[in-house]
Amino acid sequence: MKDKNQISDSLFEGLSASWPVCLGYIPIGIAFGVLAQKAGFTPFETGFMSLLVFAGSSQFIAVSMFSAGAGAVSIIATTFVVNLRHLLMSSSLSLFLSRSGRKKLFAFAYGITDESFAVNLSKFKSGDWDVNRALIVNFSANIMWILSTVAGGYGGQFIRPHSFGMDYALTAMFICLLVFQLKGPVYVFTALVAGISAVLFSLCLPGNSYIIIGSVIAAGTGVFVKKYRQIRML
Amino acid sequence: MMIEREYFYIVLGMGLVTFLPRLLPVYFLSGRTLPGWFIEWLDLIPAAVLSALLLPELVTTGTPRLFIPYKLDMIVAIPTLLFALKTKSLGGTVVTGMGLYWLLDIIFI
Repeated sequence: MKDKNQISDSLFEGLSASWPVCLGYIPIGIAFGVLAQKAGFTPFETGFMSLLVFAGSSQFIAVSMFSAGAGAVSIIATTFVVNLRHLLMSSSLSLFLSRSGRKKLFAFAYGITDESFAVNLSKFKSGDWDVNRALIVNFSANIMWILSTVAGGYGGQFIRPHSFGMDYALTAMFICLLVFQLKGPVYVFTALVAGISAVLFSLCLPGNSYIIIGSVIAAGTGVFVKKYRQIRML
Repeated sequence: MMIEREYFYIVLGMGLVTFLPRLLPVYFLSGRTLPGWFIEWLDLIPAAVLSALLLPELVTTGTPRLFIPYKLDMIVAIPTLLFALKTKSLGGTVVTGMGLYWLLDIIFI
């Protein structure tokens, strides 16, 4: 009985944390399904890609590359570059997963997206979180993504996903989760450096490389500022 | 329910190159003793990544990107940020942001 209660607790807490992600994936997933359908993909092919890749922006880019007749190597290479940013997210999540088994690490890694990372990391940092709850977040988001993209492929033109401000759900979620991260002047400084440099790089570099470059520079600068403050205070 | 062989292999390749950057750090770093400076750097990564994901979406648009600081996304972000700072409520912030975006979208179109 005790185990059952623990599972239902994990399920409940995981779902309470993941609903903004699930909600936000609906309009994007439907939009992706519609785009894929227009490009000649069947709903099954759309769902197959959502299951294997599970990374929104790279899927949009891949579909437009397929329609433009791009070759296999360039589609796969582009996907790699666009999704390389997850390396940073996986690294910072690793600090909280030291006692998890290999199977769970594999399952968890599959579901790391910008959004699930943001939710799980702030939960891990606040203490009361474990890999089971994090897996619920990842898989509920994953299921919602697959369903929304397939739904878009079946009858996207009849669904109106852009109501109730759903397009803004993920932006609002990121704003609040960023606020949770700002626990001192060094964090605020790092976030400012990251945001401003990301905007500048996004204007002059192609693709989304600005995310990795901006984050790496900002966190590096933040470490230096932190050390400098410690030395000055001695 | 047929998938062309070529499509199957391309998507399989896409899945693999997406999975590896997600897997390798959690797989090899978790449970290890990492140097102090690296832990401090990783501790700052979430604030950096979230800000680097968010701000360009608020103030730039198009491909190639143009700097447009007065987009609806940015206008709604200011009261949403204040709400988040004041309440520290994720659900409340999401609902408030969506509501404001919906409202302003109706008013301005």
